Amino acid sequence: MTQTQAEIAPALARTRRAPRETLQELLPKIVLAPSFALILVFVYGFIVFTGFLSFSGSKLLPDFSTWVGFDNYVRLFRHPNWIVSLKNLAIFSVLYIVICSVIGLALAIFLDQKIRGEGLLRPIYLYPMALSFIVTGVAWKWFLDPGIGLEHAMHELGWDSFSFRWIKQGDMAIYTIVIAAIWQSSGFVMAMFLAGLRGVDNEIIKAAQIDGASTLTIYRRIIIPLMRPVFLSAFVVLAHLAIKSYDLVVAMTDGGPGTATWTPALFMTKFTFGRNEMGMGAASAIIMLMMIFAIIVPYLYSELGQKK
Amino acid sequence: MSTASQDVATRNGVFARAAIYAILILFAVYYLLPLYVMLANSLKPLDEIRQGNMLALPHQWTIAPWLSAWSTAQIGVSPTGLKPYFLNSVMMVVPAVAISTILGALNGYVLTKWRFRGDTIVFGMMLLACFIPFQIVLIPSARILGLLHLAGTVPGLILIHAIYGLGFTTLFFRNYYEAFPTELIRAAQIDGASFFQIFRRILLPSSGPIIVVTVIWQFTNIWNDFLFGSSFSSVDSIPLTVALNNLVNSSTGVKEYNVHFAGAILAALPTLIVYIVSGRYFVRGLMAGAVKG
Repeated sequence: MTQTQAEIAPALARTRRAPRETLQELLPKIVLAPSFALILVFVYGFIVFTGFLSFSGSKLLPDFSTWVGFDNYVRLFRHPNWIVSLKNLAIFSVLYIVICSVIGLALAIFLDQKIRGEGLLRPIYLYPMALSFIVTGVAWKWFLDPGIGLEHAMHELGWDSFSFRWIKQGDMAIYTIVIAAIWQSSGFVMAMFLAGLRGVDNEIIKAAQIDGASTLTIYRRIIIPLMRPVFLSAFVVLAHLAIKSYDLVVAMTDGGPGTATWTPALFMTKFTFGRNEMGMGAASAIIMLMMIFAIIVPYLYSELGQKK
Repeated sequence: MSTASQDVATRNGVFARAAIYAILILFAVYYLLPLYVMLANSLKPLDEIRQGNMLALPHQWTIAPWLSAWSTAQIGVSPTGLKPYFLNSVMMVVPAVAISTILGALNGYVLTKWRFRGDTIVFGMMLLACFIPFQIVLIPSARILGLLHLAGTVPGLILIHAIYGLGFTTLFFRNYYEAFPTELIRAAQIDGASFFQIFRRILLPSSGPIIVVTVIWQFTNIWNDFLFGSSFSSVDSIPLTVALNNLVNSSTGVKEYNVHFAGAILAALPTLIVYIVSGRYFVRGLMAGAVKG
């Protein structure tokens, strides 16, 4: 390893310590300090603050005079709305992650077959990612609305028995959110896989072809296993988006019908700001954070570790 | 460029290729359908949506819904249309993007070219900040904004967006500057160039692509934000996404679907234009955000 200037500079400065050198030596840290201080306070300090709140009896405002231990967490996990939220998160994230990955991989493989018009198709698959979830929500909310949307359109076209009113049905509404979310994100997963496919080493494929492997075999046995890091990245991105899912639900159903489409993120804001249950809201936020950290921390650790 | 997996393709039969094209086109229709529905129905009178077919083109074309969405539609208590909220969003996005991008560039510069003991931990902590669910900071943020007398103001939203964007902007610039030859910087330093001179004269001139990527990323995220906007804004600082949601989900009055669609397209237009103009950079930002390292 060659010694970098970053290591040399402070060493030089230490040997002949004039005021100018000292300033130059400190300058990088002075420049970085405000950002780091802001992150320390606004991210880590606030996490600790919310952590304390979750053990307090706060209702409308933060209140650190009454301590209730794990009471908020106990009440949280006994509350039917939280159970519904967790169940919805499970349904949503499994379907969202699996279907986005399948569509993304399939589209990427198909697009990679020397397709004419790839330059036109790719941006069409990807543009939903540029939209706000609120816009996506508005579009799908009315498109799936039985009164004016798809069902109505099919009736107008003469298919009278056509029925699609999931968005109004408590047991099915969560799946309409899945449909809209997949529409928004699957193109992005496609782009990730396509970049992965284009990075596959030519020689391996050539060798397999010479050995007489079929196209299907080459994909199944060689290319897709090589995509493992992409699968991992896609999983991490999609899982953390799923846990954070909030805007889309607000725009499409606002949790309804009833509490059928509540998610943990929605629970947190509704309980904290709508029902003046700040302690429980804080507890739910802590649970969300733990879920995300359980996925992200090992991932970042391995990614940063590899660089060494 | 002929790549490996594309070479596999040439061995497919005609039938298989036709099937592949069919599937690809089918998906293109799926992705375009909601945009088409929004556009077509935003140009129809309301009666035509209620009685007609949402998938059909307008019989009677009209731009009245667009004018209404922009300047007269009822949002909250006042019939102002989306215009003032559009301006709120612009006033919020521009400084927030500028601040977070400049700080991110400096952070990336320090973290790669002026390494110090513990810099990996500092970077790791900034990186982890990208992924926290923002619900965890909502209550204390509201508190701090109140203490700073910034509650419900555009500057308050700028502050929040700038801070919570720092993780990503730092990540982008750090990864970009990591590949920049350190020898050049060492040479400049021997010639007596200072910390800021090196940044301005050597790194900045070749930072064009990463600045574009970062600005697009930040612009898209902040423009599309809903959670902070809905939590920390008051009547005269509400951003566009929140106003759009108020327009569409207000429980009173007639539901003017055509106005809703026009409003949704208005809210989507800035990020869509950015995407169309510089899609390449947009995708690169997404990938950089997804694949660290």
